[in-house]
Amino acid sequence: MPDTYVWLTVAVIALITAALRFLPFMIFKSDSKTPKIIQKLSAVLPYAIMGMLVVYCLKDININSLSGFLPALISSAVVAGLHIWRRNTLLSIVSGTVCYMLMVQFIF
Amino acid sequence: MKKVFKQAFLATVPVMTGYLVLGFGFGIVLKSNGYGILLAFLMSLLIYAGSMQYVAIGLLSGGASLITTALTTLMVNARHLFYGVSMLDKFKGTGKRKPYLIFALTDETYSLECAELPNVAEENRSDYYFLVSVLDHIYWITGSVLGAFAGSVLKFNTEGIDFALTALFITVFVEQWLSSKDHIPALVGVAASVLCLVIFGAESFLIPAMLVIALILCLYKGEKKNA
Repeated sequence: MPDTYVWLTVAVIALITAALRFLPFMIFKSDSKTPKIIQKLSAVLPYAIMGMLVVYCLKDININSLSGFLPALISSAVVAGLHIWRRNTLLSIVSGTVCYMLMVQFIF
Repeated sequence: MKKVFKQAFLATVPVMTGYLVLGFGFGIVLKSNGYGILLAFLMSLLIYAGSMQYVAIGLLSGGASLITTALTTLMVNARHLFYGVSMLDKFKGTGKRKPYLIFALTDETYSLECAELPNVAEENRSDYYFLVSVLDHIYWITGSVLGAFAGSVLKFNTEGIDFALTALFITVFVEQWLSSKDHIPALVGVAASVLCLVIFGAESFLIPAMLVIALILCLYKGEKKNA
């Protein structure tokens, strides 16, 4: 059985994560009308956030060595290229991930 | 209900792949740090935030203070504030399910639910959101428990498996790009993030990036109709 410290740490993470998820809904109550600017923002945010998440996932690449950025760069291109070509999400994800794993484990 | 379930299930298949793989990786790493299946199950059930759970293993095994843990969680998960903001109206009228829908709003579930849903009838939206959320949650828990179990039985090289997450976001990004005429918001997201990454570094660029994105998009008027 994990000790008290482990449970407390898990509780802190769970509570703060949930608080961040609930906060917008508590600020903008459902019975009042959502402000115009927030409505406008919510329409364009998804596009910007996905861009941000892609950058977030690639944040640890290192441009100072080939092995620091080539696997991620090539695999990302594989995913994007395959997806533009076939538009099959499953195919794009599996191919890109296998490509990346092979490169980091056997080539770089 | 049957039709909605089929629609929801088919929509979640990509997340199923990603979550089983990533959850499996999480379970293995957790196990290799000396924690068991019960903790894997409870973390995935109660925290339910992929990247934060990976970070949590480091915090736990490094003996981080609760204050450090709290601040790290704020930094890593602040982006969830954005998801809520763009789901405010979509979650209206979901009744008793709303608290769960909000709790379960992960990156991946958000990426499915923020999309336009031309094939889902208006009166089925609540069922659809609920099913997508529950299915994703089940995939994540299943993956992490299987991983923690496998971690005690077999060993194989999972290095690089976390790229599944990156790949998932790239496909959503490309999908949104292809289905939208106005590319400015997507470009703002990428440009602001890269800029802040260069200025603030990998550990602390997310919050400044969010602020810059929110500010620019508030000022943004939208593509001119006749341009």
